[in-house]
Amino acid sequence: MSQPVLHIENLQTHFFTDRGQIPAVDGVSIKVHKGEVVGIVGESGCGKSVTSLSIMKLVPNPPGKIVGGTIRFKGEDLVTASEKRMREIRGNEIAMIFQEPMTSLNPVFTIGDQIGEAVRIHTKASKKESRQRAIEMLKKVGIPRAEAIVDEYPHQLSGGMRQRVMIAMAMACNPELLIADEPTTALDVTIQAQILDLMRQLNRDADTAVLLITHDLGVVAQMCHRVVVMYAGKVIEEGDVRTILKEPKHPYTIGLLNSLPKLEESQERLYSIPGNVPIPGSLTTGCRFAPRCEQAVDRCRQEMPELVAVGENHRSRCWLSV
Amino acid sequence: MALLSYSIRRILMLIPVLLGMSIVVFSIIRAIPGDPALTILGEKASAQALADLREALGLNHPWYIQYFDYLKQIITGDLGVSLHSGASIAKEIGPYLAATAELTIFSMCFAIIIGVNAGIISAWKQNSWFDYIAMLIALIGVSMPIFWLGLMEQWLFAQELKWLPSVGRDNSRDPIQAITHFYIVDAMLAGRWDQFREVVEHLILPGIALGTIPMAIIARITRSSMLEVMRADYVRTARAKGMAQFGVVYKHALKNALIPVLTVIGLQTGLLLGGAVLTETIFGWPGVGRYIFTAIGNRDYPVIQSGILVIATIFVLINLLVDLLYAYIDPRIKYR
Repeated sequence: MSQPVLHIENLQTHFFTDRGQIPAVDGVSIKVHKGEVVGIVGESGCGKSVTSLSIMKLVPNPPGKIVGGTIRFKGEDLVTASEKRMREIRGNEIAMIFQEPMTSLNPVFTIGDQIGEAVRIHTKASKKESRQRAIEMLKKVGIPRAEAIVDEYPHQLSGGMRQRVMIAMAMACNPELLIADEPTTALDVTIQAQILDLMRQLNRDADTAVLLITHDLGVVAQMCHRVVVMYAGKVIEEGDVRTILKEPKHPYTIGLLNSLPKLEESQERLYSIPGNVPIPGSLTTGCRFAPRCEQAVDRCRQEMPELVAVGENHRSRCWLSV
Repeated sequence: MALLSYSIRRILMLIPVLLGMSIVVFSIIRAIPGDPALTILGEKASAQALADLREALGLNHPWYIQYFDYLKQIITGDLGVSLHSGASIAKEIGPYLAATAELTIFSMCFAIIIGVNAGIISAWKQNSWFDYIAMLIALIGVSMPIFWLGLMEQWLFAQELKWLPSVGRDNSRDPIQAITHFYIVDAMLAGRWDQFREVVEHLILPGIALGTIPMAIIARITRSSMLEVMRADYVRTARAKGMAQFGVVYKHALKNALIPVLTVIGLQTGLLLGGAVLTETIFGWPGVGRYIFTAIGNRDYPVIQSGILVIATIFVLINLLVDLLYAYIDPRIKYR
């Protein structure tokens, strides 16, 4: 296979707090190839957002810091890249969409100004050219009356429209990698479907690699080629989307899938995984999921399993699947 | 369009405010216990003088007639006649007002430029040595009595170091030919750059004395407002676009952080325009504060009354300006 666009190896991002050093991302490895959509799935606090911010080197520092591993973007290590180089990459080669379209756009600048700004930062485009580009992008993401909307302010648009604007902004410089951090979580279901359609279309048209961060397995099933499941800062299972959804090996992934409502079965009560995500910093020596795992054996509580191949393009971090 | 209709609405809202103000100011002279004419002229005044004054002040009419007469008078720009000098107050107050305005503008420029930037850098480099020192200075600044600061400045920079003049607006041996009564403008109109320099030198000490408290307050408000805004999602978005930190801070964060700062600037400017009596006295500055202060000593009630009216009107107008600037800065503001 060709060289991946993004190759994260053994990434460790820790937070340094008064209560000690918290390994929010603890040895994560992920590959994303050109044109591929890779999903990172997990509960709140599993480290998926910190992973995405680490790629952009936008983890708030202090308290967060990348303490180990490499993030290779087209072969170049971003962990050791200078801030100047990172600014060239951000918004130009790697773009990002955030969860909250309501608060992620600046309320006091016009839509056109904010989209055009990304263009002006990375190219020598004039104000007029960047405005033209903004209108073009707004049309591309399916915003009606683009010529009028370009001069409007974020508060004049609905949530779905704002997320389209965010996507237009992210795609304005034709990035090679798009990181979408829960892009549809704040939107209602019909708008969610439209936004996902739009992202898939952009992925196909421009062959942009997409790293999609979500806790919604429905979104994963619709969008992704490959899935990485994270739990407490570690990758616990990864594989092709079909494999993961049809034959999950890790008890956590199985639990996640079981907790989805199913249309064909009438259930009294939805399944839920017992317990909570461990508080970072209170991690034990064994498998991190062991305290919540219904199938845990003694070995799980004592030794951390490795991420091992359990099938073609399928790896799992569980003693039971070895 | 929305901005225009908002502005018109906001300007119309001035009418009740100004009317209320006129009632208060009108009441001042009528609230004097006993006979205002007697109080103004004193025990030894002749009956004829008292009668003349009552007639001049319109005290012989019912109060509502007096009020409408007063309203008619001030709407036409007639602020009455000074009892002390016998001159028209509207004419007399002009130069004093210009002196105060010049000093206020100078002080506020000093306060805004230093205060806003210190606040921004403190927030940007939170918990750095710059932050600590700037906030310590700001704390000292708000706690310092102005008259004491003024006297210390005079002692150090005028008396000991002899760098700057300590009193007045210009060199008394080479006075300014007043045209606008803004001496900086007058010196430029005359093309006298030596005088221009003199005027600026005269402005520095009182300007710093007067600007210190506003500067400290502005710095603290800017810092806390910026700290809040810097955590916002749109600031992260701006960084994710590849924007340099300077642009993120001075463009995306600052414009959002400006609203509370603007409020403080407006209030402080209003205060300086009206209440700089202490500083004006220490620095021998012929401003409107001193004008009214002197009038109080002379029991010159019409001057006191009109002086308060003028200051209050300016205060209201500055607040109007601030409100209009809000709408300009933040497109979400469209008050009903």
